[in-house]
Amino acid sequence: MSLLNISNLRKKFGGLTAVDNVDLTITEGGIVGLIGPNGAGKTTIFNLISGYLHPDAGEIFFRDENIVGLKSNQICKKGIGRTFQIVKPFSGLTVLKNVMIGAFNRTDQLDLSEERSLQVLEFLGLLEKKDYPIGSLTIAERKRLELARSLATQPHLLLLDEVAAGLNPKETEDLIAILRRINKEGITLFMIEHVMKTIASLANKIVVINYGVKISEGRPSEVLKDPNVVKAYLGEAYQIAEDK
Amino acid sequence: MISVTFILQLLINGLLRGSIYALAAIGLTLIFGVMNIVNFAHGTFVMLGLYISYWLYALLGIDPYISLVISVPTLFVIGGLIEKYTIHYSIDAPEINQFLITVGILLFIENMALFIFSPDFRAVRVEYQGAIISIGELIIGIIPLVASAISVALTVGLYLFLKKTDLGRALRAVAANKEGARLMGINLNYIYFIAFGIGSACAGAAGTIISPMYYIFPQVGHLFLLLSFVIVIMGGQGNFIGAFLGGLIIGVVESLCIIFVTGSIKDAIVFSCFILVLFFKPFGLFGKKER
Amino acid sequence: MKHHGVNHPNLLRNYVLIFLIGLFLVLPFFLNPYFLHIMIMTFLFAYLSRSWDLIGGYAGQFFLGPVAMFGIGGYTSTLLYVHFNLYPWIGMVIGGILGMAIGISLCYLSFRFGLTGIYFGLATLTFPEILRIVVLSLEIFGGVNGVLIPLRKSSLLHFQFDGKIPYYYISFFMMLLSIYIMYRIEKSKSGYYYIAIREDEEAAESLGIDTFKYKLIATGIGCFLLSIGGTFHAQYLMFVSPDSSFGIAVTLEIIIRSIVGGVGTLLGPVIGSFILTPLSDISRGILGGYRGVHLMLFGVIIILIILFLPQGVGKWFEKLYDNLRTLFEEKISFLVKKDEFIKYK
Repeated sequence: MSLLNISNLRKKFGGLTAVDNVDLTITEGGIVGLIGPNGAGKTTIFNLISGYLHPDAGEIFFRDENIVGLKSNQICKKGIGRTFQIVKPFSGLTVLKNVMIGAFNRTDQLDLSEERSLQVLEFLGLLEKKDYPIGSLTIAERKRLELARSLATQPHLLLLDEVAAGLNPKETEDLIAILRRINKEGITLFMIEHVMKTIASLANKIVVINYGVKISEGRPSEVLKDPNVVKAYLGEAYQIAEDK
Repeated sequence: MISVTFILQLLINGLLRGSIYALAAIGLTLIFGVMNIVNFAHGTFVMLGLYISYWLYALLGIDPYISLVISVPTLFVIGGLIEKYTIHYSIDAPEINQFLITVGILLFIENMALFIFSPDFRAVRVEYQGAIISIGELIIGIIPLVASAISVALTVGLYLFLKKTDLGRALRAVAANKEGARLMGINLNYIYFIAFGIGSACAGAAGTIISPMYYIFPQVGHLFLLLSFVIVIMGGQGNFIGAFLGGLIIGVVESLCIIFVTGSIKDAIVFSCFILVLFFKPFGLFGKKER
Repeated sequence: MKHHGVNHPNLLRNYVLIFLIGLFLVLPFFLNPYFLHIMIMTFLFAYLSRSWDLIGGYAGQFFLGPVAMFGIGGYTSTLLYVHFNLYPWIGMVIGGILGMAIGISLCYLSFRFGLTGIYFGLATLTFPEILRIVVLSLEIFGGVNGVLIPLRKSSLLHFQFDGKIPYYYISFFMMLLSIYIMYRIEKSKSGYYYIAIREDEEAAESLGIDTFKYKLIATGIGCFLLSIGGTFHAQYLMFVSPDSSFGIAVTLEIIIRSIVGGVGTLLGPVIGSFILTPLSDISRGILGGYRGVHLMLFGVIIILIILFLPQGVGKWFEKLYDNLRTLFEEKISFLVKKDEFIKYK
């Protein structure tokens, strides 16, 4: 089933066309990567999907419903969650309470919200730190908190904006394992990533954007060998090993 | 009846008065632009300018327009010191903190004036108070004319200072891009001191200049504060020319209101226009945030 | 949530509450009218501050126009009483609804037009000024002198009393009510949502929070309560006037109590009022003379608080209470252990 269907998406900022006629389909249950050089328009696409920005043209169908024009909070209610490139925790609250705010998306009751939040925290390995203030968390933990909070909203599709950025190799490995578990639970992932190894090992499909235009799409092994893609990343020539 | 001459008269009065408002507003927009601070104490500096003029005249017989020489530097120093020892520490704090500090300063200065000077209304009445010149059927008071001329002169002077001198350019650089300016070696602390000092000096100058035309009492700053804000928002945050034009517009609007309404209703109209401008053109009537 | 060895985590809190409430209930019989007046003002402004804080502190909106609702409440109930003989209690509710509607409209328009931060602050600041000038200029609103409430005999129905004591209890009750309302909100989903909105609106939206709706709800509740406070003030002083009902000074007094006590905390505004209201009266006595000179002191206090203690003095009381509770719990668990030991023996 096609979960997310984007057609002819366009967004201009003044004279700059940030997103130029992009088509994209994400099927349910998959993990799709969105890569491209800096400033290619990736986060803009996320902002358009999540309702933070409105497109100039084009359609975005989520579960066969056109979500263009809806506000961010409505889109979250429909089942699309997102994390931010630079994490945005609620610093006055504990870890648990941060996640509870996400959980309140599906319930009005305090105890139910707390119960579900504790489950999510356990799933992400943050349970011990549930009463800790945000300031005491490491960057990896903050990323996981951001993930937990979004997960608590019970999304069908999760937009992850560079969720592995700033992590060391061990932390990245842990994160990849967590993301696989989340995906196994039935949540579709759409990920912006710069760390090629991460995305190549997770995604079953990668979409490449450059200057707002889709220049390639397909399985990681194909895409990363695509000469257009290599050209776009000039100076970052990368080949994945053949024994994937 | 309402003749063209009458309208013209009101227009001229409005422009003359407006140029003084403009001077005060320019000080505020400078602070707003360079430091991104909403200076709620701005009106009290106008008030201080008024009182300095009054006391110098009452005690020493110094003409208000001469006492500018004293009030301008005095207010510059007062403003600078206030910036250095209070506002400065909150420069990176949330907006509301900075705002509240200026409110604290407002409370302190205004009520200190209340304490020392009493709430009595005072006035500066110079010998040439009623002097006028007439052009055809138009009557123009000497005092408003001189007041306006000096205001415009100071405004032009300030404009040239900002455009032509190194310090002026530094101020504009900080207003445009704080981090960039700092990386270029500009001493932000010094710039903030200067900006706040100049802003306060403008307010004080406006107060001194308008002293023969206004009642003087501790809370007089309130009206100037709100007027200055209206002008600054209308002209665009940090927009020098916008503030000047805005001042003239407000002066004219105020003046023309006399035709239709009496008393403080004109203030209500100005404030209503203000809210409408906030709704529809928060970057001012003259376009985007520019310097 | 559960404390070691103590089955009633709220035991101390309940004891303290009962003690304080009991104290304030009997206090009036020991106070002369002057101190009664100070307490009444303390309660009233604690109530007003606490109500404003829902909008300004919890929802984090730079709302600088609480006096508008205050004035609307006072003028509505007073005019309805003077012209139509409507009991002030009914006028109070009508004023409350009117203030709430106007407050919501003002904020709705402001949010719609994307006003935030200082721009929103300026819009809400000038609004009550417009109202003040309107009631000042029109005779139907009493003009410059305002409207006097005619002296009838002391009666609950007419909301006027001979002595100060009834006003004391009413204002005390109002203060408790405003605290209780906030307490319930705090413990609910809305409470969590307001904190999220205050901290990071964009993140809040991305988690499904309709920030627009919640901001308006906070505004509605806060404005309703502020208006009612205006009616009390009118009935206590027996008059309304442009300056006393719509003057910027009232906004200042409301906001400063929240700031000093701790914005966005349950008891912060209340603590702020208990500190500043008596202080302003005492300083007025010492500094003498003119109305408002105590504000000089307030100015210094604000500056010091913002520079050195921006979360307000409420934090100290919180620490004090926490220390008290630790001591209390140690004592309790010791007693419990002693009991068990004795039973075991």
